[in-house]
Amino acid sequence: MSGTFTTGMRTMARGAREEPRLFAVAIAGSVVYGVGTAATGWLVGRVTERVVVPAVTGSAGGSVSTWDVWLAGAALMAVTVVTVAGVLARRIWAGAVAFALQARYRRRLARRYLELPLSWHHAHPAGRLLATAGSDVEATWQAMLVLPFALGVVVLIGVAAVAMAAADPLLAAVALLVVPALVAANVVYQRRMSPRVTQVQRLRGEVSATAHESFEGALVVKTLGLADEEVERFARDADRLRAANVAAGRTRGAFEPVIEALPSLGTLAVLAVGTARAASGAVGVGDLVQIAFLLGLLAFPVRSFGWLLSELPRTVAGDARVQAVLRESATTPWGERHLPDAGAGPAPLATTGLSYRHPAPAVDPLAGQRRHHDSGPTPRHEPSPALADVSLDVAAGSTVAVVGSTGSGKSTLAGLLVRLVDPTSGAVLLDGVDVRELAEGQVAGAAALVPQSTFVFDDTVRGNIALGLDADDVPPDRRVGDDDIWEALRLARADGFVAALPNGLDELVGERGSTLSGGQRQRLALARALVRKPRLLVLDDATSALDPAVERAVLDGLAASGAGTTVVVVAYRPATIALADEVVHLERGRVVDRGPAEEVAARDAGYRDLVTAYARAARDRADEAAGRAGRA
Amino acid sequence: MSTAVKSSAPREGVLRRAQELAPEIAQGLGVTLAIAAATTVGKLVVPVAVQQTVDTGVLAPGGPDVQRVVVLCAVAAVIVLLTTVTAWVVNVRLFRATEAGLASLRVRAFRHVHDLAVLTQSGERRGALVSRVTSDVDTISTFLQTGMLVLVLSLGQVVLATGLMFFYSWQLALVVLGCFLPLVLLRHRFQRPVAQAYAAVRVRMGEMLSAISETVVGADVIRAHAASARSWRTVDAAVEAHRKQAVKAQVATAATFSSGVLVSGLVVALVLVVGTLLGMNGDLTLGRLLAFLFLAQLWVGPVQATAEVLNELQNALAGWRRVVELIDTPVVVPEPSRDRVRELPAGPVEVRVEDVGYAYPGTDRAVLTGVSLHLPAGSRTAVVGETGSGKTTLARLVTRLVDPVQGRVVLSGVDARDLPGRELHRRVVAVPQEGFLFDTTIGENVRRGRPGSSDDDVRAAFAELGLGDWLDGLPDGLDTPVGQRGERLSAGERQLVALARAHLADPDLLVLDEATSSVDPATEVRLQRALEGVLSGRTSVAIAHRLSTAEAADVVVVVDGGRVVEVGAAGELVRAGGAYARLHGAWAAGRG
Repeated sequence: MSGTFTTGMRTMARGAREEPRLFAVAIAGSVVYGVGTAATGWLVGRVTERVVVPAVTGSAGGSVSTWDVWLAGAALMAVTVVTVAGVLARRIWAGAVAFALQARYRRRLARRYLELPLSWHHAHPAGRLLATAGSDVEATWQAMLVLPFALGVVVLIGVAAVAMAAADPLLAAVALLVVPALVAANVVYQRRMSPRVTQVQRLRGEVSATAHESFEGALVVKTLGLADEEVERFARDADRLRAANVAAGRTRGAFEPVIEALPSLGTLAVLAVGTARAASGAVGVGDLVQIAFLLGLLAFPVRSFGWLLSELPRTVAGDARVQAVLRESATTPWGERHLPDAGAGPAPLATTGLSYRHPAPAVDPLAGQRRHHDSGPTPRHEPSPALADVSLDVAAGSTVAVVGSTGSGKSTLAGLLVRLVDPTSGAVLLDGVDVRELAEGQVAGAAALVPQSTFVFDDTVRGNIALGLDADDVPPDRRVGDDDIWEALRLARADGFVAALPNGLDELVGERGSTLSGGQRQRLALARALVRKPRLLVLDDATSALDPAVERAVLDGLAASGAGTTVVVVAYRPATIALADEVVHLERGRVVDRGPAEEVAARDAGYRDLVTAYARAARDRADEAAGRAGRA
Repeated sequence: MSTAVKSSAPREGVLRRAQELAPEIAQGLGVTLAIAAATTVGKLVVPVAVQQTVDTGVLAPGGPDVQRVVVLCAVAAVIVLLTTVTAWVVNVRLFRATEAGLASLRVRAFRHVHDLAVLTQSGERRGALVSRVTSDVDTISTFLQTGMLVLVLSLGQVVLATGLMFFYSWQLALVVLGCFLPLVLLRHRFQRPVAQAYAAVRVRMGEMLSAISETVVGADVIRAHAASARSWRTVDAAVEAHRKQAVKAQVATAATFSSGVLVSGLVVALVLVVGTLLGMNGDLTLGRLLAFLFLAQLWVGPVQATAEVLNELQNALAGWRRVVELIDTPVVVPEPSRDRVRELPAGPVEVRVEDVGYAYPGTDRAVLTGVSLHLPAGSRTAVVGETGSGKTTLARLVTRLVDPVQGRVVLSGVDARDLPGRELHRRVVAVPQEGFLFDTTIGENVRRGRPGSSDDDVRAAFAELGLGDWLDGLPDGLDTPVGQRGERLSAGERQLVALARAHLADPDLLVLDEATSSVDPATEVRLQRALEGVLSGRTSVAIAHRLSTAEAADVVVVVDGGRVVEVGAAGELVRAGGAYARLHGAWAAGRG
């Protein structure tokens, strides 16, 4: 607990240093609030003593005029107005600090996500990274909304204590006993409550995960008649959550009444002791009222300590996840070399002894402390390498087809060729240069990959294809205009459907825009690559959603465009393979054979099996049918 | 698609229905509220003690009466302690009752989601359904456990305090009411812009998260095209928009909150001023006047809290309504009534589709029209057709995932609507294209096909499908974890596991909806061969994406535009030169 407190407060201090001005205003407001509130209590005591008591009891010669009464009221109002100004400043600027910090860290995280190498991305589930930028950042700075308040309350207690002591030290001592009691109640409550809250949150996560998984698999649940088992599974989770909620409720249900009773008991003690002190002439009614009233004013603000304490564990947990990303040292080391410009014609490509092993899934930085509800069992064995000792030589301007069964490493190879990831060993040479020696942006400037699954940004068609190359700060020779975009769309055979969209290039596509079919998305991704006039084009099964005729048209168009591009294409279809100068047969991460298609087909049975499977099955069946017919 | 939640029911109906669904909540509620009401008396202890101490203690004729005050305060302390205990009892009773009720509400809603037609549960709807059984139920519990209590206690507190104020001095009581009532009335109006500001924050939050998610989910594309500058701009703009809106909402709440602080300061000043003036005329004792300072404070908390609680009440009612509406959504595929229940005769299932028509609920566009088919027991049928021709709908009708709008589906002589769902789905199994897997091991996933089967049964299922080698090739074998939705396996591997699962279920009618579409060609051909063996003695229907499947079937059904256009053996259809022949021609050309 104390560790959490120190760590959490250190994070808050960092936040204060990062937003010093906003934080200072929030604190200033809170101090005004604290002093103002204490002043109200003191003033109520003074007014009671000097105005109310003489006026009502007629003591002290009854020299109080109506004017004095109104003046006292005006003084109280003035203090209230100042206090309210403090409250406003405190609340608004506390929010300003917290939200500015959230924004600051979200920007930093997003930049980090963009900088970190893809191997790092592949080892971290997207959902968790998103949660870090969303809820973890929020959790980290939520305490900032309470911190200025809590600091103001410290000031309030300090000033109130001095005012009480000035009235009567003994009575002040009795009254102020309530403050440590309240703080103790808060601390005990947080300490007892925090494991219960954690438990409730964990179980709530499990209920949600179970429901989500079950609904997602609803079709399977239905078609296998598993509904009863699923309801039972969910009911177990729901009941555990119920029990945890009741346990938490038992604690919470005790806290509220106790926290309300303590100031009442304190006030009663003040009244009893105060009457005795009044009997001995040590205090007047005004002092008694001042202290009792101040005690009432303290009861609510003291809770801010409890709120702060309950937020700090979330601060610590959230910040741990955020810092784990920000401190991540993995980077893509860029070199300094440059390649000739786009007009330089097709680039030759080679790989030497290329090997790659997928990174192990990353561990949640908080994994030791709590179980991540949405992670199932983890694999026991280290997977075998995705690619092993792959050496290729692709002549400038030629087309190579990479063929292999599911899981043979084709997509991994495609990613390595354009330096999405770096090999475990070996090298990729683009235009004779190791891609790791090239400066940032050079590989992307010369080579384009069209991946298997197409990602469409929540943007217009134009934005999705240009991806920033249409911005004003792009040098004119690289800037992409609408003509270039249409040209690329034509090459990708996407001009037809884009022209038919209600807003053409300005049509919003992606998440909240119009939905595109799989084939349309692929053609968009193809245009995105082609608009960059790449010297090397890598198509990772990128035409699978196109029907054969369109695929042929796209590939023919590429060949005829004359710009001259080296093409590496991952494919199954004989029609696609037929366009290649050479095929590479990949199995279990290794090159089994390579060469012109007919030659490989002639000597490599595995390759034949793969490429001619359908044709062969049909032939076999025809033979069988013929056999049956012959026998009949 | 929108069959699941209909327009809102009247409020009272919703409440009554919820009470039927979660009767545990109302159990003992009367007693709980009675104890709660008694508890509010504790709030008056301090003001009364102040009044008594001042008027009869400190200002007692002949000097302060210490003994009287001590006894008074002791009695008051006992009352405070007693009400503290009763408040705790109230809380615990409330937690017990509401949590029990809400747990059963959750489970009922969950069951109903599974009872609803599967086709309503795609995409966005799924997230919404999860929130029905989680956060919507949580909003109800938040209200019942804190809001409702605060409302009851606040009301009691305000009524008691006001009563006592009028008893002490009606003039001063009117002054206090005059200050607070406008605040109460205005507060409710303030609450609306505050709620709107927060709704806007949630929208900005969603936009911001979607911008950030592009940097994560689209990382490969951004890297491949060196497009990070564009992403920075998008993210920065979205982050800034969220920050601005959040601060705006914060200003709105700060203004609302400080209006309460202002009014309570005003009340203190006015009570002292007006009270003193009244006292000077001898209309008010000093003790009563001072008690007002404390009594007036009893208004502050409720005023601050009620606006928020009323907001919570709105949320809870909305949440409650959504849950109840979900549970009350009529099931699209209802269980047969008791007098209609029939049993499915043993052995391979014979399928008769009799003049069936189907349109998605809420639409007029027919997906299938006038479809009649007869699939003999033990036959192998392939259904082919373009995307959107209605093949998948046909598969759903045969497995009774939906009921026809017109005509009927008869399984082994029994109308499918007369078969209990559980029985039907144990014998009639469909393998959908997306082979969904649960987040556990391969072995556990397959075992779901027939709960209670052994590891050897599971292995045998793979072996019989010719997938023994694939399984043996996995380092962890049956214990291989599949990850969420099975995402640690490739799409093709997921389909293999789903097939093994269906095979283990040992169905009498197996419907394969493009169930091998993501498997590589060599494996697929092997699998087809194995399936032919496995399927003997069962009826099978395969929705085919590749015509290789069709060629292996006894009967090919060609669907086009929601109608069956051709039925016959593959060879005959090719020779006939119709729709199938055209599909076959295109396919043979692509095959190279």
